[in-house]
Amino acid sequence: MTESNLIQTTVQNIATALKNKPGALLPILHAVQDTFGYVPEESVPTIAKTLNLSRAEVHGVISFYHYFRDNKPGKQTIHLCRAESCQAMGGKNLETHVKAHLGIDFHETTPDGKFSLEPVYCLGNCACSPAIQIGTEIYGRVSADTFDAIINETKELA
Amino acid sequence: MSFTIYVPCDSSAISLGADRIATSIINEAKKRNIAIQLIRNGSRGLFWLEPLVEVDTPEGRIAYGPIQLNDVTGLFDANFIQGGAHPLFLGLIEELDYLKKQQRLTFARTGKTDPVNLDDYIKHDGFKGLKNALNQSQADIVKEVTDSGLRGRGGAAFPTGIKWNTVLNTPSEQKYIICNADEGDSGTFSDRMVMEGDPFVLIEGMTIAGLAVGATQGYIYLRVEYPHAHKALNTAIEKAYQADYLGNNIQGSGKVFNLEVRLGAGAYICGEETSLMESLEGKRGLVRFKPPLPAISGLFGKPTVVNNVISLASVPIILDKGGDYYRDFGMGRSRGTLPLQLAGNIKHAGLVELAFGMTLRELLYDFGGGSATGRPIKAVQVGGPLGAYLPESQFDTPLDYEAFATNWTVLGHGGVVAFDDTANMAELARYNMEFCAIESCGKCTPCRIGSTRGYEVIDSIIAGQDIGKNIPLLRDLCNTLLNGSLCALGGMTPYPVLSALNHFPKDFGIDDNADVA
Repeated sequence: MTESNLIQTTVQNIATALKNKPGALLPILHAVQDTFGYVPEESVPTIAKTLNLSRAEVHGVISFYHYFRDNKPGKQTIHLCRAESCQAMGGKNLETHVKAHLGIDFHETTPDGKFSLEPVYCLGNCACSPAIQIGTEIYGRVSADTFDAIINETKELA
Repeated sequence: MSFTIYVPCDSSAISLGADRIATSIINEAKKRNIAIQLIRNGSRGLFWLEPLVEVDTPEGRIAYGPIQLNDVTGLFDANFIQGGAHPLFLGLIEELDYLKKQQRLTFARTGKTDPVNLDDYIKHDGFKGLKNALNQSQADIVKEVTDSGLRGRGGAAFPTGIKWNTVLNTPSEQKYIICNADEGDSGTFSDRMVMEGDPFVLIEGMTIAGLAVGATQGYIYLRVEYPHAHKALNTAIEKAYQADYLGNNIQGSGKVFNLEVRLGAGAYICGEETSLMESLEGKRGLVRFKPPLPAISGLFGKPTVVNNVISLASVPIILDKGGDYYRDFGMGRSRGTLPLQLAGNIKHAGLVELAFGMTLRELLYDFGGGSATGRPIKAVQVGGPLGAYLPESQFDTPLDYEAFATNWTVLGHGGVVAFDDTANMAELARYNMEFCAIESCGKCTPCRIGSTRGYEVIDSIIAGQDIGKNIPLLRDLCNTLLNGSLCALGGMTPYPVLSALNHFPKDFGIDDNADVA
């Protein structure tokens, strides 16, 4: 089975299982992204057909929400908080350091495919600013040094 | 004999290493052959002391913090499991000033209990409100909530009882309860703390709302940035179903209420109630025109209650102790308590639940202890990214919806973010416009285009270009956003922008205050 076929079969199974939920599109997109790490372009026609929507409508929903991505992320996605509370505690300096350390800007992936960097507007960890999230792990009071330590540890685990 | 140790499972505590500390305590106890019971409680909200570990003693729960991984061996050496002396010893947790001075109603249990242990919840007064509600008429439940004076804690402060009454009196075969858990405001985390630290209280509050208005289906619209809350809610919901606190026959009453968590997808605008409903329906989160009000035609066109997490989590205590009990806290038309969240550049960041009426200054200095950096606090943003920046001259404003409104400021969801004197207010104002541009749903022109023009103009101002022309242009643009936007995102972005400009003109390159007007 080609990769594209595999994607379509998996997406079809997800869509069929969830299509009867009221307002099923977001739960389906979440399940697809949980499976592949992103919402592959090939999944759009399958989802559209299952929900009796146009492809444009499905594409429109995917592109509206910051969380859904249409390209493959790195092994780990780093979400860096840009919001006010983190800014008040040196978040901008951390942002500069993180970008320099990884050699990428927001919405990019490192050439070795290990890390993607995304901005986030609040992780709700504002009492421990500045905050970042790597995968599902949240880190608080992050300095340039602790960031380096976390990344080195994550690299070893990867 | 077994010793009981508490290590919070709150995501802020975890972000500082609580999971590793819990594992290390278990391993160390094993090594020393000490029988312990380790409970993952919610956080007390004293975040500068997190990870904060508590132990049960005959005198009460004794706290140690902030704990680092390499403190664990030393703590065992000091016999901390029986409250032994140690440099990180804090004493009886309930006697700490920060907690003792608070009036915790909504957060009465958070930090004390195992969040997903149903027996623990019931032992600590859980489901008393629901029991009362099951014996009351729908109108009486709504009256109790109306009498309590509870107003929406999400930001708009609309009286909850009036909203419920509209839904109750709108006939329909299907009605919905939506919990808005899309807590996107920077500086706020009280919703998260409730959902992670006491999820049953939200389930109970929503069930009562369902009984009150005749809704049989509830949705918690949760932001995807809260994975720990997601897990806690799903576990608690499953247990509530098993024990008939949710489902088709609630506690044998024959009443029905079903509940499901739905995840958002990183769109700030979906915290706006009509956009949230579009999102729940599986569409782009475009803001709807009002009217019709959601209470009359909401989710899937049906009458819908949309309330914030804290509003709904405040309902059980109102039904348990009565509307009068809750109303006796507070001032003026702001009744009850508000869980404030102290964040940003503040020494003692955390959750402070208080009756309305304390001043911002008391909160910042008596509780917060001043800035974290030790420098003077220059400005405080209250109410999230759409809230105004308050300069020192406004710190004596009482924390009350009406008092804040007279200053052209908002309390919002109770987030308080402090900045020290290194903050550049023009850059923050630029950020506020940029945030509006990133998060705009795009339906109305003032917000969609105005926000981008907004940060472009502020860029020019920061670069010192044509300040005499660009400042009036920025004010004019803010005026358009204020008056022409469809919802609060465009309509309130001028609050932080103009307050920064009005109170800190120097940061915009204006030396003479007279030029500002």
